[in-house]
Amino acid sequence: MTEQETLDRVARDPRYQALVAERSRFAWILSWIVVGLFMAFILTIALDKAALAAPIGDRVATWGIPAGIGLILLAILSIALFTRRANRRWDPAMAEIMADAAGRERQ
Amino acid sequence: MNRVYFGLAALGLLVATPALADALSGETQQQPLNWIAIFMFAAFALLTIGITRWAATRTRTASDFYTAGGGISGFQNGLAIAGDFMSAASFLGISAQIYTDGYDGLIYSVGFLMGWPIISFLIAEKLRNLGRFTFADVASFRFEQAPVRVFAAISTLLIVAFYLIAQMVGAGQLIKLLFGLPYPVAVVLVGVLMIVYVLVGGMTATTWIQISKAVMLLAGASFIAVSVLWQFGFSLDALFARAVEVKTGLAAAAGDPDPTAKGASIMGPGSFIKDPVSAVSFGLALLLGTAGLPHILMRFFTVPDAKEARKSVLWATGWIGYFYILTFVIGFGAIVMVATDGRYQDGTGALLGGVNMAAVHLSHAVGGDLFLGFISAVAFATILAVVAGLTLSGASAVSHDLYSSVWKRGAANSADELRVSRITTLTLGVVAVLLGILFEKQNVAFMVSLAFALAASGNVPALILSLYWKDCTGRGVMVGGLLGLLSAFILTLLSPAVWTTTFGLGDAPFPYSSPAIFSVPIGFIGIWLVSILDRSPKAAAERSRFRDQAVRSETGIGAFGASGH
Repeated sequence: MTEQETLDRVARDPRYQALVAERSRFAWILSWIVVGLFMAFILTIALDKAALAAPIGDRVATWGIPAGIGLILLAILSIALFTRRANRRWDPAMAEIMADAAGRERQ
Repeated sequence: MNRVYFGLAALGLLVATPALADALSGETQQQPLNWIAIFMFAAFALLTIGITRWAATRTRTASDFYTAGGGISGFQNGLAIAGDFMSAASFLGISAQIYTDGYDGLIYSVGFLMGWPIISFLIAEKLRNLGRFTFADVASFRFEQAPVRVFAAISTLLIVAFYLIAQMVGAGQLIKLLFGLPYPVAVVLVGVLMIVYVLVGGMTATTWIQISKAVMLLAGASFIAVSVLWQFGFSLDALFARAVEVKTGLAAAAGDPDPTAKGASIMGPGSFIKDPVSAVSFGLALLLGTAGLPHILMRFFTVPDAKEARKSVLWATGWIGYFYILTFVIGFGAIVMVATDGRYQDGTGALLGGVNMAAVHLSHAVGGDLFLGFISAVAFATILAVVAGLTLSGASAVSHDLYSSVWKRGAANSADELRVSRITTLTLGVVAVLLGILFEKQNVAFMVSLAFALAASGNVPALILSLYWKDCTGRGVMVGGLLGLLSAFILTLLSPAVWTTTFGLGDAPFPYSSPAIFSVPIGFIGIWLVSILDRSPKAAAERSRFRDQAVRSETGIGAFGASGH
């Protein structure tokens, strides 16, 4: 089977369409969450510096520190979440779709 | 100077009294030859030359040269990407900014990191599935080749040029200070070593040098941060408290009317971001800029498949995030241990070698001459590894995008393409050295942010719309992408950092710190407008190829695999 035939077969597979829709929805939602939280952080800096400069209880550390470090952790953890889901769920599902597309040829 | 130090001494803040005598002995410009640092660096240089010789035996085809044959694992690539990102600018620059302004430095770190989730979710895997050597392979996948390739090459060369100049000037200054070598000698040394790595060892050498340096930098920075925290019983709050105390003392000594407020100001955002427009603009440039840097995107072609590309982003982000947390501790450590120590200051109370030396002086404070030598060698190695990656990226734009895809219409043979890459590498190396020497006295700090703004406004709209929008056309990508680049470039020239600070032309016509809030939409809207107005049969053909491109980008059908060494 040519590459083009495999490709057409995959494209018509409803499981492929569902998988791609799910994966891309997940990717875009996660992107907007990250962008939204980062922009909220940046706008807080521009509009209300005092909120981030407020000390946490009677410590010297301010709320700005967990906010900043938290965003660094958010970046890492959101990618870890995406990677885990891709490795465990989407990759095997896609491999199955591809195998079927290639396999049907032999029958 | 006397007033500052005696003021400090009176406040009981001056830790090392013998240092006072050193600091009083007058200002130092070029340091005496630092033999430990030179020895350590020589050891690193030998290691890199060994890597390069080994890599040379594996660099035969264009694919070996650009992508190390596609045989780098996700973990290795993650370290290499982290290495590209942990440039001297981020190690020395961010810790210096924290040393000066405290919290503001963290804003930079956060911004630099937030682009990675976007790369992970929307770009990395599709890039690997569709591309072979350069991001233009992806942006031009379903389009007429020439227009998109020409745009991508212009964009890559501009970004590489500004990034390279900033690195070269930084290298010259740093080496002059760390090793006691004259500026031009330092710049030529960097140029020659970098040309040898890329010319002889291609991407294999560049990647392994980057990995070695990343490991050394992470180890060195960890040691500094742990040493600092150890002194404060691993209590961050004790470190912060002491830093505020030191800053208050310095402000009082400098005659500040409200030293307590000045001291406390390092714990919150300062003057770095003023108005909401600048804030969003700056955030946008950092967020999207990373996703458009050609020397970073190029690294996704060195792994065998999309799965490894995905893993490399996770590893890279993990290492970079960890590194930024270290620089935060290092910056505060420098306030506590360097700002109070006269050994590290010149006759005016400023840091020896400029504020960028905060982390380097701190390495001496925690680890003595030997560790200073190690960190100096690592800082030098960092610059070498980053300039090698940049040069390779510029060379691939010329040889793969311009020569092979446009000039030879895709029919160039691998040997000719390789020859063009090598000539370009040599040319870029020489040009970088000359520009480095030419810009010695200039303030080049704006050039890195300019590179980010160009990447965010040109490459990112081109990549996102060509990947995700069916009706996008090649003509749209070329015209809109160039408009994005041009607007980012012009607005940066008119902004305060260049117009006022660098050229001293008075009030800047463009008042915001970053052009991205205007230039990124110009890039996107430009591509959209030109695309929807393009009613040519060619555009129709380009749109009809979208479905196949989408399936290939999602599945990896037809992706270029590892070359199988």
